[in-house]
Amino acid sequence: MSINFIYPEYEVVRNEKRCIKCRACERQCANEVHSYDQEFDCMEAQESQCVDCQRCVTLCPTNALKIVKTNNRYRENANWQQQTMEEIFRQADTGGVLLSSMGTPKDYPNYFDKILINASQVTNPPIDPLREPMESKVFLGKKLNKLEFDENDELLSEIPPQIELEMPIMFSAMSYGSISENAHKSLARAATELGICYNTGEGGLNQDLYQYGANTIVQVASGRFGVHRDYLNAGAAIEIKMGQGAKPGIGGHLPGKKIQEKVSRTRMIPVGVDAISPAPHHDIYSIEDLRQLIFSLKEATNYKKPVIVKIAAVHNVAAIASGIARSGADIISIDGFRGGTGAAPTRIRDNVGIPIELALAAVDQRLRDEKIRNDVSIVVGGSIRNSADVVKAIALGADAVYIGTAALLALGCHLCRTCHTGKCNWGIATQREDLVKRLNPDIGSRRLVNLVSAWNHEIMEMMGGMGINSIEALKGNRLMLRGIGMSAKELEIFGIAHAGE
Amino acid sequence: MKRVYVNEEWCLGCHLCEIQCAFANSGETDMVKAFNNSEKKPISRITVEDGADDIHFAVSCRHCDTPWCVKGCITGALTVNDNGVVQIDETRCVGCRTCILMCPYGCLTVGHNKTLLKCELCVENAGGEPSCVQRCPNNAIVFEDRDGVL
Repeated sequence: MSINFIYPEYEVVRNEKRCIKCRACERQCANEVHSYDQEFDCMEAQESQCVDCQRCVTLCPTNALKIVKTNNRYRENANWQQQTMEEIFRQADTGGVLLSSMGTPKDYPNYFDKILINASQVTNPPIDPLREPMESKVFLGKKLNKLEFDENDELLSEIPPQIELEMPIMFSAMSYGSISENAHKSLARAATELGICYNTGEGGLNQDLYQYGANTIVQVASGRFGVHRDYLNAGAAIEIKMGQGAKPGIGGHLPGKKIQEKVSRTRMIPVGVDAISPAPHHDIYSIEDLRQLIFSLKEATNYKKPVIVKIAAVHNVAAIASGIARSGADIISIDGFRGGTGAAPTRIRDNVGIPIELALAAVDQRLRDEKIRNDVSIVVGGSIRNSADVVKAIALGADAVYIGTAALLALGCHLCRTCHTGKCNWGIATQREDLVKRLNPDIGSRRLVNLVSAWNHEIMEMMGGMGINSIEALKGNRLMLRGIGMSAKELEIFGIAHAGE
Repeated sequence: MKRVYVNEEWCLGCHLCEIQCAFANSGETDMVKAFNNSEKKPISRITVEDGADDIHFAVSCRHCDTPWCVKGCITGALTVNDNGVVQIDETRCVGCRTCILMCPYGCLTVGHNKTLLKCELCVENAGGEPSCVQRCPNNAIVFEDRDGVL
C-alpha cells in the first residue's frame, strides 16, 4: 500500500433536503464522482475524482449541490504550501512531469488591471456610439507607407493582402483534437456570423468546416499536421506557429487516445498514434529560414493570403518581432504567458514567458522606433478577459486581439484545468463521443456571438467616451492610458504616464 | 400542428426532461416538495430510452393524426381536441390499458391512480412551450411544426 494519500481537493456538498435523487449528476459526470446507493436510497460521492468542473452543480434541477475546496490542511507553512507539497508527493509517486491545462492560475501581476482609460470632459466632446458614426472595423496586414495614383486618380499601388474584421477580436488557435468538433463548429459559425476569424490551430481543417473558410485562419505549426494545398488556400490567412504563450520553447503532444478516425483523417496521421509537434520547426533556425517558409506559403497561395507569425511572449520579444517584421510576415501574433493550453508541463506554464501587456508595449515601441510598424499588424492574446482589456491592448499598440479562454468560457468551460485528461464534461476538450455531443453548436455559436457582440458594444462605448470614433484612431494612442500603482520602470516600458500626471 | 420532437444527436440522456415533466404536472410550485414531500413521486409523461452505444432518445406522445389509442379507448376518455392534442379525461378512464397496447410508439404510461398518464403538451400548465422543451440543457427537445411528420 502506498503511503501517498492525498486528501481530495474538493468536497461535494449535497443538501440532502433538496436532493430529489434524479441522478442527473451521476449521468453527467465523466469522472464518475456521483453514484446512487439503492440500499440507503441516497446519492454518494467519490470526491477524489472531482475536478470542480461544475457540470453537476449547473445541471442539478433543485440546486442541491455545491463543490467546495476542502479545508483539510497540512500544517501551515508560508514557504511550503499545501499545493507545493502535494506536487512533490505526486512526483515522488509517479516520477512524471506534472501536467496542467489552461492558463497559469498563479498570482502574477496583471498589468491590464493597473492601467486606466481616459474619457473626454468639457474641452473635447465624447461621442455617443448609438447616435453618431463609430467604426470598429479593422484590416490586418502590411500597410503601405504611401499610395500612388495615376493621372486619372486610379490607384497604382498594389495593396498587400489583408484580413478584414468587423471588430478587433478573433478566436485564437485551438486545434481540432485538442478541442472537439462541436467546439470548432461553434467557433466557425460564430466567426462567420460576427465577420471575424477563428483559427484552426495545428490540427488541420475538418472537411465539414471548409464552408467557413473566409472566416478561418489556417495554422501551420512544427508538426505540419493536416497541411496541404487546399488547406492553405481554404482560409483568410495562414498562421505559422512558432510558439505558444502557455508553453514557450516546447512543442505539443496530443495523446493517441484523442486521435480517433475523424481527427486522424484531418491531421493526416494514423488512428491512435500520438501527435507530437516538435519544439522547433526543424527547418527554421533563423529569420532567413522563417522567411523561406513564409514565402513558400505565399507561393502556394499565389500571394493572396496574409501570413501571420505567432510567437510566445518571451524576454527578448521585441528583437524577435523586429526580425519577423523584416522576414516578410504580414502580421505578428504574440501570445502572453497567461494564455491557455490543452496541456502543458506545469512548471513551464507557471514560470516561462512574460505578460502580454509588457511584450506588446515593447514590440510596438521597437517597431515604431525602427520605422517598420506599418510593415506588420500586431495581434495579441494570452488572457484578454474583457472589452476593457481589448481597449487597453489596442491603445498600447495592438491591431486586434485573440481570445481563447474567454471563448471557451462562453461555450461552457468552467476552467477546471483538466483538459489533458480528455474527459471534459462540457464537451469542449474531449473526443469522447458521448461528451462531445454535450456541446450543441447551435447553443455554442449563439453564446459566442452574444459575447463578442457585447464586447464590441462596450468597446464602442469606451472609445466614444474618449471622443474616438474608430479603432484606427485608438491604436497605439497611449495618451489615453494612465498607470496606477506601477513603478517608474514599468511606466517607462508601457510608455504611459502615471494616473494624476 | 406543433409537436415535441427530439433530436437524438443532441440528447445527452440526462433524464432532466423526465424530472421537469413530472414536476410541471405535479401541481406543486417547488420541485423539492413535488418529489420529497409525498409518498408517491410524481410520474413523468416523457421517457428517455437509453440504448447501447450511448444512444439516448426521449419518447413522448406523438399526437398522431388518427390516434390508435383514441380508437381503442373503450370509454371515450381519450379524445383529440380542436388543436390536435390527444387528451385524457381521468374521470372517464377505467384503467383498462387498451390504449397502452395500441400505441405504436410506447408513449403511454399509468399514473398513481391507475388511470392513463400521457403528454398533453403542457396545455394544462404554465403555458408557452412544454416544460421538457424549455428546460432541456442541450436544445435536444424542440417544439415545432414539421408539417405533420410524427
